[in-house]
Amino acid sequence: MATLKKEIFEQLNLQHVKPEDIAYDQPLFVEGLGLDSIDALELIVLLQQKYGIKLANPAEGPKIFYSIKTMAEYITAHKKQ
Amino acid sequence: MEVYIAGKGIISAIGLNVEETLQSLKAGKSGIGTQTNLTGRRDSNLPTGEIALSNAELASMAGLSADYSRTALLSMIAAKDALADADINIKGLKCGFISATTVGGMDKTEKFMASFIRDGEVKDIGRILYHDSGAITELVAEALGIKHFVSTISTACSSSANAIMYASRLIKTGVLDMAIAGGTDAMSLFTLSGFNALMILDENYCTPYDDNRKGLNLGEGAGYVVLVSEKVAGKLSKAPAVKLTGYANANDAFHQTASSPEGKGNYLAMQGALKMSGLEISAIDYINLHGTGTANNDLSEGMAIQRIFGERVPKSSSTKAFTGHTLGACGGIEAIFSMMAIEQKMIFPNLRLKTPMKELGFVPVTELMEGVEVKNVLSNSFGFGGNCSSLIFSKVN
Amino acid sequence: MYNNSLFFEMPDAEPVVFFNDIYKALNINYPKFFKMDNLCKVVFLAVEVLLKDVSLRDKYKPEETGIVFSNANSSLDTDIRYFQSSLEAPSPALFVYTLPNVAIGELCIRHGIKGETACFVFDIFDALFQAWYADTLLETCGIKACISGWADFYDGKFEAFFYLVETGSDNLSIKHNSENIDKLYNQVWKN
Repeated sequence: MATLKKEIFEQLNLQHVKPEDIAYDQPLFVEGLGLDSIDALELIVLLQQKYGIKLANPAEGPKIFYSIKTMAEYITAHKKQ
Repeated sequence: MEVYIAGKGIISAIGLNVEETLQSLKAGKSGIGTQTNLTGRRDSNLPTGEIALSNAELASMAGLSADYSRTALLSMIAAKDALADADINIKGLKCGFISATTVGGMDKTEKFMASFIRDGEVKDIGRILYHDSGAITELVAEALGIKHFVSTISTACSSSANAIMYASRLIKTGVLDMAIAGGTDAMSLFTLSGFNALMILDENYCTPYDDNRKGLNLGEGAGYVVLVSEKVAGKLSKAPAVKLTGYANANDAFHQTASSPEGKGNYLAMQGALKMSGLEISAIDYINLHGTGTANNDLSEGMAIQRIFGERVPKSSSTKAFTGHTLGACGGIEAIFSMMAIEQKMIFPNLRLKTPMKELGFVPVTELMEGVEVKNVLSNSFGFGGNCSSLIFSKVN
Repeated sequence: MYNNSLFFEMPDAEPVVFFNDIYKALNINYPKFFKMDNLCKVVFLAVEVLLKDVSLRDKYKPEETGIVFSNANSSLDTDIRYFQSSLEAPSPALFVYTLPNVAIGELCIRHGIKGETACFVFDIFDALFQAWYADTLLETCGIKACISGWADFYDGKFEAFFYLVETGSDNLSIKHNSENIDKLYNQVWKN
């Protein structure tokens, strides 16, 4: 999950928060972090590029990208071997 | 002082000129299909409203070199037709060319860039000389012989509607006697891959205003109208049948690429245009919807329309099911469809609409209507960056 | 530069560093800033400085403020970055900024502006045009305040020139016409 957190920070180019400030089970798409629908799309690109997972339905996004932990669980379940 | 429309010129997936376009609209013949010009990339199997001619064929129609950007070729064809349709001698008149585009010469540049980035090759650098949006406009202006006033607008999907608004203002304030205004955009992998990354494209043929709509299909084309002052209109061999009676632009101030759920910017633009025209809402006979087919636009636009028209929403349709979303050209192209509705006494159908949207109390027209008195048409064009524009066209008595 | 005096300077700094430091100096809390592309950042920061002593939201209704913007290179800086990304994995965050008018959109979101906004592409700054357009908005569109300006970012080089035109005036304001605008623009680059 530490790697995933680093990858998320890079993909989203997050400059106004530090990795240490975000807990693994902290909700990502809430006020304060300032993430929006475009960031969700970037995370979809991340899933595709780094983990080979294609997310065809963006509606599933909110559930999967709820927190770094939920993202990691999704990746483990769907990663291409 | 009123501004009249003396001529029109259009090229899109449903026709190479005004006559062909009208036939397709009447026949319900959509121009959306699989691509032939852009190939070899993962996005290239998405349906688009492509014009089925190569650059060489377009160049021949335009009377320009085939080395020029497709965007410029389309622009020249439509602008030339508009000027010919108006049957005006521009000598001695203060004439302007106001053109809009989002993609500029990108079709040429992306071919150049691929080899440049991969291999550092600087081959055919002449290809990118006309990359700039402004350069495309100037190229066509020069070919048309227009020197007095040339301007380029780039505000995403509302670009050519804004060009028409701007031209009208220039005529009303006496800066110009006439102007050719509208826009152009050609298909490019840059745009296709970008919209795909935003996940707002439909893998199948788009279904605007359908409850199950999945997104838009991109299209290409160009559409220009010739706007003239009252004085010039009085001297024309063909008296104008349509005038531009209202317009407005407003910003949604919500998100870079999505509309606010209640369509605030959309509402302000439509309301502003109505106010300027002095028309009652009951006087609008047809709304040419922006209707891209995305979940977001159609809902926001629909909600805003209901807020203005209440229970009595006029007949409406999205013609993007015919042409695809032609981006920078759609304001110009759809201005022409609005004019055709008035001139031909027709309301064009919203193709492929099967299930009405559950949130809305009105349903766009799904079959062609003929013999209908259409006196006033509202045309919407809403762009990224929250830039919302609405135009109102009216029949000249 | 703000009202003819130096506001902030950082000779030879990289644009990114320069922008981030002005952001900090202005004490703004707006995380969306970091997502913006270079052109948007230039526009955003210039207008933050322009409006630092004015609250548009307090003075005017959203529909009463408008924006006129022009530039030469459109969104070319980001177009190139997006294109490079598209060779491997097209980036939606970059694509969003491949239109120059998105910079205006960002301003509208930040300052709650819902009036007319326009974006033009010219080779060089045209004071006559800008003045005429802003006047048109103020005289015919119910606009009471117009942010008018020029900004560009390309190849690591950038510039921004913005001014606020209002229907009311106070003892600090100068008359809005193209000669004055032209003078102001040229003054900035002489220093």
